[in-house]
Amino acid sequence: MADILRERERQVYRKGQQQTFQLDCEKQSVAGSVSQRACVFCGSRVVLYPIADALHIVHGPIGCASYTWDIRGALSSGPELHRLSFSTDLQEMDVVQGGEKKLYAALCELIDAHQPKAAFVYATCIVGVIGDDVDAVCKRVSMEKGIPVLSVHSEGFKGTKKDGYRAACDALLQIVGTGPIEDVSPLSINILGDFNLAGETWMIRDYYARMGVQVVSCITGDGRIDEIRRAHGAALNVVQCSGSMTHLAKSLKEKYGTPFIRVSYFGVEDMSKSLYDVARHFKDKEMLKRTQVMVREELERIMPQIADYRRVLEGKRAAIYVGGAFKAFSLVSALRLLGMKTVMVGSQTGNKEDYEQLRELCDEGTIIADDSNPLELSSFLEEKDVDVFIGGVKERPIAYKLGIGFCDHNHERKEALAGFEGMMNFAREVYGSVMSPVWLLTPRRRGNALEVVK
Amino acid sequence: MSSPVQNPKRAPKPNWVSTRNPCKACAPLGATLVMRGIAGAVPFLHGSQGCATYMRRYIISHFREPMDIATSGFSEATTIFGGGANLHQGLENVTSQYHPSLIGIATTCLTETIGEDVHGLLHEFREKTKGDEKPLLVHVSTPSYSGTHIDGFHDAVRSVVEQLAEPGTSPSAYLDSFVNVFPGLVSSEDLRFLKEVAADFALPITLFPDYSETLDGPSMEKYKKIPEGGTTISALRATPSAKASIEFGRTLKTKRTAAAFLQEKFEVPAKRIGLPIGVRESDVFFAAMEKLTGHQTPEKYRQERGRLVDAYVDGHKYLFGKRAIVFGDEDLVIGLTSFLAETGVVPVLCASGGKSGALARSIAEVTTHVRGTVAVRDGVDFMTIAEELALKELKPDFVIGSSKAAKLARELGVPLIRVGFPIHDRIGGQRILHLGYRGAQQLFDLVVNTLLEVKQDSNLIGYSYL
Repeated sequence: MADILRERERQVYRKGQQQTFQLDCEKQSVAGSVSQRACVFCGSRVVLYPIADALHIVHGPIGCASYTWDIRGALSSGPELHRLSFSTDLQEMDVVQGGEKKLYAALCELIDAHQPKAAFVYATCIVGVIGDDVDAVCKRVSMEKGIPVLSVHSEGFKGTKKDGYRAACDALLQIVGTGPIEDVSPLSINILGDFNLAGETWMIRDYYARMGVQVVSCITGDGRIDEIRRAHGAALNVVQCSGSMTHLAKSLKEKYGTPFIRVSYFGVEDMSKSLYDVARHFKDKEMLKRTQVMVREELERIMPQIADYRRVLEGKRAAIYVGGAFKAFSLVSALRLLGMKTVMVGSQTGNKEDYEQLRELCDEGTIIADDSNPLELSSFLEEKDVDVFIGGVKERPIAYKLGIGFCDHNHERKEALAGFEGMMNFAREVYGSVMSPVWLLTPRRRGNALEVVK
Repeated sequence: MSSPVQNPKRAPKPNWVSTRNPCKACAPLGATLVMRGIAGAVPFLHGSQGCATYMRRYIISHFREPMDIATSGFSEATTIFGGGANLHQGLENVTSQYHPSLIGIATTCLTETIGEDVHGLLHEFREKTKGDEKPLLVHVSTPSYSGTHIDGFHDAVRSVVEQLAEPGTSPSAYLDSFVNVFPGLVSSEDLRFLKEVAADFALPITLFPDYSETLDGPSMEKYKKIPEGGTTISALRATPSAKASIEFGRTLKTKRTAAAFLQEKFEVPAKRIGLPIGVRESDVFFAAMEKLTGHQTPEKYRQERGRLVDAYVDGHKYLFGKRAIVFGDEDLVIGLTSFLAETGVVPVLCASGGKSGALARSIAEVTTHVRGTVAVRDGVDFMTIAEELALKELKPDFVIGSSKAAKLARELGVPLIRVGFPIHDRIGGQRILHLGYRGAQQLFDLVVNTLLEVKQDSNLIGYSYL
């Protein structure tokens, strides 16, 4: 069993073994624990990243810009300004003398060169320490260039990734409400919290189009500033990735009275339910009928193949470690559809309600962990003899080093995993990960002895 | 998909204030790689949680190996009141989780800016934990606003050697019989190669850092908290007893390397040579090995040299006059340029995000045979490189360097030959051999075949013999 740090003992729970459910969460990561979490900046950067016609400039030394250059598989149907990396690349003298002048000059030259629809300025750790007045610089450039220039207060140390989401939402909130909404239909929505990884937003948009729902804006997948300006016109906000976008949805409700619902586009059940929830919200019988027809068509298309995969995958064991817990719910159900058992599930940023829901969803013996680390995760994989681990880039080598299958369900992925088609892709990837013949050669399965056919 | 906003039509300004598509990473990243090359060590960043996570991700995506980096995980309160408590707690937790023999602490922009006295904090920690079984602590100052990942790398090598070096710790039989080798940022395969060469010369070496196994290890049955391999602490203690030090890099800061320190303080002679890439630079390396050992270069390497020159002859027509853009870490660029130049390729632009001040001079030294103009740009980013190419109509045939130029090469419509670090869009970056005649052989075949592939694919006839 794992050596779990004393400070972290209450952040790991085994269903069935402990009588009362208690799981500490939403805490600052323990120093020296090697958390899989990133920082405030990361939270802001990933949420705003897919806005393709905005300039994203990282104000600070070069690292933060280098490590986030073209990092997400967030696709754009037009401009691709988001895939470039811009930084003020602060040097020692800037730290001493302040970075405002450099930021001003950098913003001006980049806006002149690229003509973006807006600019986001990410303040990183030392900007918060040297005391640059980023807001003032943004305001000045905004006046001079005539586009929104928004400061994103994402100093890495000022909280967790969730605070970064919040800072991103606050920046977005300043853009919403500045565009015309005369042509917006009463049957209209904003898609919140889908980032168009591998074109997922396009698939989701297509479902809504077939239902007869107008999509006013996607925040932020394949995002455009002019669409976001009009987001207050939508009749409903449909929120996926609730960890990052609930703050925006709540703010929009407060400011514009727009109601919101939470959905998930992962897995057949959650995908169907999401579309039905939207149709039911509009109380439009025709729309509900169209939705039913569409869902039936999609299911008829994919279920036979899924049943094939299920025959092979039945009883295999999966572990899940993701950023937000909300995605984990859908993954547990999606894996169940494939006949698989989730024996370990955890997240970087889940809250009490999330974990309570996960506990209800999971089988006896399942390990639930908050803000875990490589040593814990590797010991869970060994203990539970996992067949496939689902996580992100930082989790991948933990699985691979132990000769365990792995599926990337993080923002770097190149496979669309949302929607009905995404469920097919997910099933195919899990199948390919579990059934690869390479595991037959790994020490975990066979030891290190040479295999000689007699 | 391209769009007008990406390709600014305006004439490029000579001096951009911003950095656009960086050709460098930050200093602490280099330090964490060095710490990963010490046996039983855990790298530790004194700063925000995100730094450790981002660097882990960046390094994992290249090596495809676990890379645990611990952190003191600054919060707002820590930033105001100082990071001492977090640092101490972090060190305690790393000790109890990993049982390391050493923790290698690097600072970040945040801790440098608020002026953390890491030296003092570590002293306090040592006092506080006196008597407990505890790991060695070494630290390096790596403010991210100064230099690049390469500076962080070399500074970490020096700091570790400085802090661990103990004269007279080597057994007397061993004294004066071994050599310190400081190769700089090379691949895991390069490190294995250097150990093989030393063994073939019957020369014991202390190779530092050595992440040949820690960042390219075998599949495991049980997870190892700290992977096997790395330069041992006893070897690092004994560096002053070496008969010499060899360090690779024409752009190293003259007085600030580990070899310079050992020479100055312990009179260990330092030999500085370029990264041994290609025939000429490898000749310098093997000559140095001959001089240090008194042995002739083993037949195996003479054969490799012979085959390499033979291959140069076989392939010379495919390469003569071809135009290359070489970019990346300065010393890698110099090594690659030397290699390309001796094969007849014209390195039309040699560029780096680093800015040691020695790049132009060094490139001039290794391109004396080149027929054509060689432009050198240091401290640049990829968009500046792209603009320079357009402005001067350089029309390269290929680009050689890390995967970070994938976008540039795609826009130019020429192949990118991936070498060095990082390679984020292919597997096996850690297994590329760059050094020695053998490494040059692999690079040469790769370059020629890449160009032949272009020729074959773009040719209407599609010849079967080339």
